[in-house]
Amino acid sequence: MPQVEPTPPLLDVRDLVTEFPTRTGVFTAVNGVSFSIAPGKTLCVVGESGSGKSVTARSILQIVDQPGRIARGQILLRGPDGNMLDLAMLDPRGRAIRAVRGARIAMIFQEPMSSLSPVHTVGDQIIEALRLHLRMNKTEARAEAISLLGQVEIPDPQKAVDRYAFEYSGGMRQRAMIAMALACKPQLLIADEPTTALDVTTQAEILDLIARLQKAHGMAVLFITHDMGVVAQIADDVLVMNQGVVKEYGPVEQIFHAPKDDYTKMLIGSVLKLEHKAEARASRPPIDMTATPILDIQGLTMKFGEFTALDKVSITLQPGETLGIVGESGSGKTTMGRAVMRLYDPSGGRILYRRADGAQVDLAELHGSDLKAVRRELRMVFQDPFGSLNPRMTVAQIIAEPLLVNGIARGRQLDERVCHLMEQVGLNPATRERYPHAFSGGQRQRIGIARAITLNPRVIVADEATSALDVSVRSQVLDLLMRLQDELGLAYIFISHDIGVIRYMCDRVGVMYRGQLVEVGAADKVCNNPDHPYTQALLSAIPRPDPRDRDRSRRFRYRAEDQPEPARAVG
Amino acid sequence: MLRFIAKRFLWMIPSLFAVSFLAFVLIQLPPGDYVTTYVATLASSNEIVDQNAAAQLRERFGLDQPMIVQYSKWIWGIVTRGDFGLSFEWQQPVSGLIWERMALTLVLAVVSLLVTWAIALPIGVYSAVRKYSIGDYGFTIFSFLGLSIPSFLLALVLMYVAAVHFGQSVGGLFSPEYENAPWSFGKLLDLLHHLWLPVIILAVSSTASLIRVMRANMLDELPKPYVTTARAKGLSELRLLLKYPMRIALNPFISTIAWLLPNLISGSVVVAIVLNLPTAAPMLLQSLMAQDMYLAGAFVLLICALTLIGSLISDILLALVDPRIRLE
Repeated sequence: MPQVEPTPPLLDVRDLVTEFPTRTGVFTAVNGVSFSIAPGKTLCVVGESGSGKSVTARSILQIVDQPGRIARGQILLRGPDGNMLDLAMLDPRGRAIRAVRGARIAMIFQEPMSSLSPVHTVGDQIIEALRLHLRMNKTEARAEAISLLGQVEIPDPQKAVDRYAFEYSGGMRQRAMIAMALACKPQLLIADEPTTALDVTTQAEILDLIARLQKAHGMAVLFITHDMGVVAQIADDVLVMNQGVVKEYGPVEQIFHAPKDDYTKMLIGSVLKLEHKAEARASRPPIDMTATPILDIQGLTMKFGEFTALDKVSITLQPGETLGIVGESGSGKTTMGRAVMRLYDPSGGRILYRRADGAQVDLAELHGSDLKAVRRELRMVFQDPFGSLNPRMTVAQIIAEPLLVNGIARGRQLDERVCHLMEQVGLNPATRERYPHAFSGGQRQRIGIARAITLNPRVIVADEATSALDVSVRSQVLDLLMRLQDELGLAYIFISHDIGVIRYMCDRVGVMYRGQLVEVGAADKVCNNPDHPYTQALLSAIPRPDPRDRDRSRRFRYRAEDQPEPARAVG
Repeated sequence: MLRFIAKRFLWMIPSLFAVSFLAFVLIQLPPGDYVTTYVATLASSNEIVDQNAAAQLRERFGLDQPMIVQYSKWIWGIVTRGDFGLSFEWQQPVSGLIWERMALTLVLAVVSLLVTWAIALPIGVYSAVRKYSIGDYGFTIFSFLGLSIPSFLLALVLMYVAAVHFGQSVGGLFSPEYENAPWSFGKLLDLLHHLWLPVIILAVSSTASLIRVMRANMLDELPKPYVTTARAKGLSELRLLLKYPMRIALNPFISTIAWLLPNLISGSVVVAIVLNLPTAAPMLLQSLMAQDMYLAGAFVLLICALTLIGSLISDILLALVDPRIRLE
């Protein structure tokens, strides 16, 4: 392709520094960041939590949370007349910057539910932007809002315009946010992790939608994400950030296939690592499927009123095995984990658990002290490493609690057990008197794991145990789980929406869809060559972390209604 | 929605009966009755009432009948004739006694409520938006002072200041010449002239707590993502504050209407006594002490009815302003 004259950038950020004054000094969240975006192009800003990518995006519109402020640098926005306007120089409350916000640069956010007002209709919030910047009257603005909702493919926009955000599904909310952002035909759309809270299939649709509208309007997109797969699919250029500084900046091809910086290499490496089975698992002899299963779930059904969350789910778990459960939100995978833990009382079916002495008990029917005794052998690791640890207990107290509650150890002996457990999960025992807030997300998840293995359990249910973690930490925690599995002879039920994680560590996978188990099979088979059309659709929606592999046409969405009857469920 | 309101209305009827009965029993619970108190009062002024006369009095008031009969008669009178019975102490129909006091109480309460909201809500919002600024600290000091000064003390101090330095007649809501006069424009002016003192006193403490509540509500709402969204849309700071976080921060206040109404009667007793206000609270206290049970019963019934009406109003208002409740 012949090199054309480079278009002048729409936005040119030079040496941006954004600071947060704190009690102990000034924290520099963004430290000398420079980049530019040409009209119609997509720049992805990637980085892990705390990298400053969100603050960079918010600095452009001067909407950094208090007490953050732009300390230095220029943010030059090219006007229609070719003049450059330095946004960094404007008063953050002034008229000039407000005329840019929403009109020339619009923004969408990560959590579409909380980003829309709960007490105003979606239409009201779109109309507001139209009236503010385009000076439309009420009737015009309403008609335009309906047309915008139609453009983002919201069904029945005439009615949807008068609905509230909580009446929309997650994907629809993000579509409404996009409609609102695009209301005034901005030259630049800043998208701050817009698909992180969505399922992969919904994410694929939203990414397609943004790409389509970008093309139609010739709009530039600044896309902030931590998901390298998304980056590979949509970016023209990539800016890799870590701890407030730019690690690498270049075309997407270079970042993925010829990264220069060590941090970029590590980031790409940890993503690619999850594209294959873990070495520790690939080299291990296969699980003996003929042995008596430790857990035999038969026809497990769970109803919440009229709603059937689990519909006759049957699956087994072998000793020492990792069984993955995948599915989208609402598929019933979390309900299944909790029903197995007897956090819910199942509406029907049996959960046969074989105890260490060979006796088989039905967890669905146990009560009182029998249930309590069995619960020591089945433990859980939760998704949210922040919410699942009591902030007012020290780490030692958190880990020791199961031992105390069950009257197993006390005093010096207890302390020794806690130290040993912390070493097992790779934490320094000297830190045991600290509180959870002093630990990073990955460390907190290790604390949660230490708490789970305290009572020498035999089965651990891990519900999205790594989905709140950064990708570099994610594989470390997975490796820890596999090491503990080998050391302690644990069997895992590993619930996740992330196929990469499942492929990395699971032996077998069950795929759930609307409360039913649609496919069960060896992890390699299900993750690479699935039989069921739903699994195929799920896999097709996952963004591949390779910019050379950008075929959107193979994506499709599965709907049970469209399928011939026999294909619906197995088992 | 209409069904919900109708259902709530129907439920109010048995609740009212239950509470009125309970109130009646509670008032009767202390040993003795109004006649005992009356005899004791007379005895203290060396008038001896013999047993016969006391029994006659009891018969006349119907106090010799079983409680359930007394209650039935009383409630029947209310339901059929709007007759709340006779106040023993005042020797007047209860209904004649309470309505004027209730009207004045209402005026006082509504005015102090409006003053409170008008001062507290903007300050609360300001304090939250300019958190840890000099203004915020100033208002915080003021709020804590207002919270910690007992209102009767403030009443005494202000009365002293008003009487000594401004030469105003303090105490009561009217000047002596208007006290028993029929309503006229002059009387209204006189009322306004007297009203500011109790309004200030009543408003100070509730303003103080309201500022803190509003500030906390706003601080909860301000960091929410929808505020950032509105800002990114290009709205001016004032407009977005009023439209988004303030709207949601006001919701808890609507819930408080449920207990504002009964407070009309039973609240601010001490201030009303210190200022000698002709409002409901001192009369309720006096009737309870004298075991003047029809008068006390009428007040308790009113408090109860106002509580029920108040919670109905706040539920309806909440449903109107918050679609999450309305559409459930």
